[in-house]
Amino acid sequence: MNRFQYARPETVAEAVALLEEYGDDARLLAGGTDLVIELRNRWVEPKVVIDLKHIPELTPSITVRDDVLSISASTVMTDIAEDELVQRHFPALVEAAVVVGSVQIRARATLAGNICNGSPAADTSPPLLVYDAVVVIAGPEGTRRTPVDDFIVGPGKTSLGRGELVTAVELPIPQRPFGAAYTRLTRRRGTDLASITLCCGVDTDGHTRLAYGSVGPRAFLEIDDTGTLADPSVSIEEKVAPLDQLFHRASPSPKSLRASPDYRLAMLRVLGARALETALGRLTKEQV
Amino acid sequence: MNETLTINTTINGRSRSIEVEVNHTLLDVLRDEVDLTGTKECCVVGECGACTVIIDGRPMNSCLMLAVEIDGSEVTTVEGLEIHGELNVLQASFLDESAAQCGFCIPGQLMSATALLHDNPDPTVEQVQEGLAGNLCRCAGYEQITKAVLAAAKEAMR
Repeated sequence: MNRFQYARPETVAEAVALLEEYGDDARLLAGGTDLVIELRNRWVEPKVVIDLKHIPELTPSITVRDDVLSISASTVMTDIAEDELVQRHFPALVEAAVVVGSVQIRARATLAGNICNGSPAADTSPPLLVYDAVVVIAGPEGTRRTPVDDFIVGPGKTSLGRGELVTAVELPIPQRPFGAAYTRLTRRRGTDLASITLCCGVDTDGHTRLAYGSVGPRAFLEIDDTGTLADPSVSIEEKVAPLDQLFHRASPSPKSLRASPDYRLAMLRVLGARALETALGRLTKEQV
Repeated sequence: MNETLTINTTINGRSRSIEVEVNHTLLDVLRDEVDLTGTKECCVVGECGACTVIIDGRPMNSCLMLAVEIDGSEVTTVEGLEIHGELNVLQASFLDESAAQCGFCIPGQLMSATALLHDNPDPTVEQVQEGLAGNLCRCAGYEQITKAVLAAAKEAMR
């Protein structure tokens, strides 16, 4: 690791000021499960590492206010998976949080860090897209909110500007029955990066939200309002074609060692159908 | 801002005040400064779990943390498991089941198993496998390791 200064701001304003001053020479530290590897391998050589864990408003917390669930920036995957409110309202996010890395990684890795790191294979991106999450960003101009779909840009890229940092991720609690499920494809059980990440959500008005990742530069959200996919009386065979259309943006890399493009595309349909069935099953249960 | 920092932490029940380089990992400091070499360095990317320690009740990879991050925390390493110089139930169970072959992964396996049994004193086979999925054993002694954890759980509940 190169030598760097370690900063431990106690307010968001201090952190923003440091980011503004150092720009690309600063790196934010939340869980560190990506950053410490990058530091050790000298993929990044910052002048300053800014530890966010001593800022009171960013310490781990999951709260609900005005039907919006807010997850603070240093909340880790284990906190999310264990939280009763998240379990009740956002089961697909729990399903994604519990498969990130291993127990050790989940005790350390944050949700905010997962999306800021910008991996196309980030497990939490698809559920956040399906649940219409909003990213809360602090910066020199104050606080702004942006849909997660606009926040995610591409590999290692987000819409964060100079001096900006994520303070929380907000999820609107569905006010009408909504069933959602997350699933992924890996080479083996246990610790592995996903070859496909996929989340599907359905409501009773015929809307289907489907998000998939690890088959292109970022996770994509597709919305189907035809009612066919969300109709439990339509057979899964009849849904294959409309489902396939939702995957039009999939462009898996032939260079990846994890899975070939053909395999990923074939499995995308399988996982899509599975997640849709599970989501519909959950929707039916919600209505009982 | 600092290049070195004095941190206050409790390691294996003993309060310590340590001056650390801010670019040193917890693993480096445990092994090289505190002289607790039971915690092993192996993959240094958070995949193998040989460096696992318990911090404030949760197992974590000490290779993926800066030492400054444990300021104010309680750390348990494999050296903290023994009770008055005797192996604890889990350690004895690893010995009884011949769970250690080359032994290099065992400190990490023990720490993950300790955290698992603390949260879930009566785990199923699947729960043990999931709890220890972040700990690789290149000797592939998984059967014996799983058996040892289950046997320790049984023993502790007697």
